[in-house]
Amino acid sequence: MSTRKPSSKELPIGAVVTKSSMEYETGDWGVMKPQTDLEKCTQCTLCHYFCPEGAITMNDDGYPEVINKYCKGCGICAEECPVKCIEMVRTK
Amino acid sequence: MSEKQTLMGMNGDESVAYATKQVNPDVVAAYPITPQTIIVEKLSEYVADGEVDYEYVAVESEHSALSNCVGASAAGARAFTATAANGLALMWEITFIASGLRLPIVMAIVNRSLGGPINIHNDHSDSMGARDSGWIQIHCENSQEVYDASITAWRMAEHPDVLLPIMVCLDGFTLSHTMENVLTLPDKVVSDFVGEREFITVKGHMGETELRLNPDVPLTFGPVDLQDYYFEHKLHQIDAMKQALKVIPEVDAEYAKISGRSYDLLHPYRMEDAEVAVLGLGSTMGTVKYTVDQLRDEGVKAGLVKMRVFRPFPSSDLVDALKDIPAVGVLDKSLSLGAPGGPLFEETMATLYHLPKKPLIANYIHGLGGRDTGPQLIRGVFESLLEIKDKGEIGDPMNYVGARP
Amino acid sequence: MSELNLKQASRKPEGLAAGHRLCAGCGHSIVVRMILKATRGPTIATSATGCLEVATSIMPYSSWNIPWIHNAFENAAATASGIESAWQAQRKRGKGPLAKYETLDVIAFAGDGGTYDIGLQALSGALERGHDFTYVLLDNEAYMNTGIQRSGGTPFAAATTTSPAGSVIPGKKEWKKPIDDIVIAHGIPYVATLNPAWPMDVMRKSRTAFEVEGPAFLHAFIGCPRGWRYPMEKTISLSRLATQTCLFPLYECTLEEGRPVYKLSGPSAAIARRPASKKPVEEYLVSQGRFRHLFRPEKRDDLIDSIQAWVDQKWEILLEKAGV
Ligand code: SF4
Ligand code: SF4
Repeated sequence: MSTRKPSSKELPIGAVVTKSSMEYETGDWGVMKPQTDLEKCTQCTLCHYFCPEGAITMNDDGYPEVINKYCKGCGICAEECPVKCIEMVRTK
Repeated sequence: MSEKQTLMGMNGDESVAYATKQVNPDVVAAYPITPQTIIVEKLSEYVADGEVDYEYVAVESEHSALSNCVGASAAGARAFTATAANGLALMWEITFIASGLRLPIVMAIVNRSLGGPINIHNDHSDSMGARDSGWIQIHCENSQEVYDASITAWRMAEHPDVLLPIMVCLDGFTLSHTMENVLTLPDKVVSDFVGEREFITVKGHMGETELRLNPDVPLTFGPVDLQDYYFEHKLHQIDAMKQALKVIPEVDAEYAKISGRSYDLLHPYRMEDAEVAVLGLGSTMGTVKYTVDQLRDEGVKAGLVKMRVFRPFPSSDLVDALKDIPAVGVLDKSLSLGAPGGPLFEETMATLYHLPKKPLIANYIHGLGGRDTGPQLIRGVFESLLEIKDKGEIGDPMNYVGARP
Repeated sequence: MSELNLKQASRKPEGLAAGHRLCAGCGHSIVVRMILKATRGPTIATSATGCLEVATSIMPYSSWNIPWIHNAFENAAATASGIESAWQAQRKRGKGPLAKYETLDVIAFAGDGGTYDIGLQALSGALERGHDFTYVLLDNEAYMNTGIQRSGGTPFAAATTTSPAGSVIPGKKEWKKPIDDIVIAHGIPYVATLNPAWPMDVMRKSRTAFEVEGPAFLHAFIGCPRGWRYPMEKTISLSRLATQTCLFPLYECTLEEGRPVYKLSGPSAAIARRPASKKPVEEYLVSQGRFRHLFRPEKRDDLIDSIQAWVDQKWEILLEKAGV
């Protein structure tokens, strides 16, 4: 990733934003990451809704997938999964 | 060739309202305040009588009036508001946001002194207080100028090289409530002249799009703009002000073709061989003209420079107009308390400072809180300038015209 | 709308993208993501100054996948009313960039500071004028963005940096301002409370708010691990407890023939049916650092009791209004 900041000429008029925050990875904020045991998962989707980061997407098979590069390790998903199939594990 | 025009008897406020009706913006959001009230009354009357189809938003404060305009303008609408004095002061926060987000809002300022103590009459303390907010400022001498500027302002503000909000300033009561003859263009001519609002294209975080809140290609307006970006965005605004110095005369020239009335950033009057001259803004300039004519009849080489566009400041025109004049008096209708002089005086001094040979410049503060500045007082200004010219020096440059010491 | 079930909506693209800089465990993005899943189509949003605004729009990054504008702190409702007016004018004229949209969901997001305090005037004005927009109060009960200062929405006895729990004064001295009552008194068509612990309820109410003609007001409960001092994984369970104790009841208020009609939502209706299931407010208080001084160094039963009495009374009044 280049660190050179755009010149004023390169920036759009109106001070509008130029990049999606999807380019800003917040995954290194936390030390814990969720690990899912999909055997037990009932596909209830709650973890998807409760994740503050939108870091859990539901895949085509209806199972949750954690996007680690955004997960801040808050542990809400593990706390709230009704069947306790998510566990927080230390990664750092 | 100019269009056929209708002579109407209108005061300054009515001239704003009538021009705005002809422009027919999308959104008008305003809050009443003396001496601007006639504008909002007229603009809501037009709605009540079905003569226009803009959305009239009767907001609960001036702060919301301009906030509403910011939302509307960012969404791609033409948005208009009008205020005065404390109303503008209440909007102050949002004036910077409107210009910083490059929203071409048009706002009539019916100049009135700022409390306190409270005073409803005219001076320029309100718009001068907003001089650093990034708005273009046009100061009108009479209702004809008010009418014309209320039309041309849209084209200036929305020009792709400019994209800045505009204040059309008219003196409270002196203009706002005084009936004058105003030549007006046919509706169709006005709407053809202003056309539709156009948008520049920018590349935002979700792709290329017109610069507006576009549900199809979203943009993010008004981000947190910290030390690593804010400054560059200010450079954009600096450039826009420079561009406005070019665009304003272009729009005025185009308007002159349909109206037969031409305007300058700065209007010199009988300056050819002038030895003493007055520089100022607004309705007082009518009185100065009258006095200049009298003095000329008496053989005094007096002249006037009327500044119509105060922001962007027409520096090079000002240099051209004043560089060879021995003594210049700057008329300020507002104070910058604790400063070396009034705002117009200070900026004139700064502009002329680099000249190898420069005029002697004195500052005449006048008209505060609506104090009448008649021809006698203006004559006094010229007399004092003649004395300065003869002596070749200025003692205290500050003069308070018409105030009881 | 068929897409409004948990499975379908989970597939809907996010309105608020990942990579925002809200604190880990923050309630804001949980609620905002749910609300944006309920939009009908074309949407424009504005945010008042606050945590959500700052954390989602730090130049050059934006988390907003919908058109979004930040104007200032106190004027979210006025800004939204301008957006709505632009759309109304252009739709009426059949001219201008917004003219083509049959519906436009205009949303104003503001925090408790931006609503109870500095933004109340603009909100009241916009409600009175009847703009067709949805105002979302994201209530985390203090000015968190500036470092946890008390607002009109901060509850009684909560410690903040400007209502500290001192040796003489035990936290905030005033009760929470009745913002929902104030809003309902404007006679707007739709008011509802939202709790992220019940995602389907949040999305259903949000959809109703967008569909209703005229102003709608959504009051969302936003847990703040940092400002309230609780472990970040507890945001949802603590929010749930707020409703289970009746501190933050879930209900809707619609307008029928000029009268406000209150209806309790699922979890609160269940408590109304089985009053014994109502949990004591102490359970909610004890889990948060901002109320720690009510338990240590000695337990302040007097204060806890008065909070319980306040909650009970508000709940009873709500039950009466809901005809339960
Ligand atoms: S730990 Fe928190 S941030 Fe990470 S996936 Fe779970 S809910 Fe999302
Ligand atoms: S909350 Fe648990 S059961 Fe529900 S989808 Fe997520 S992992 Fe599966």
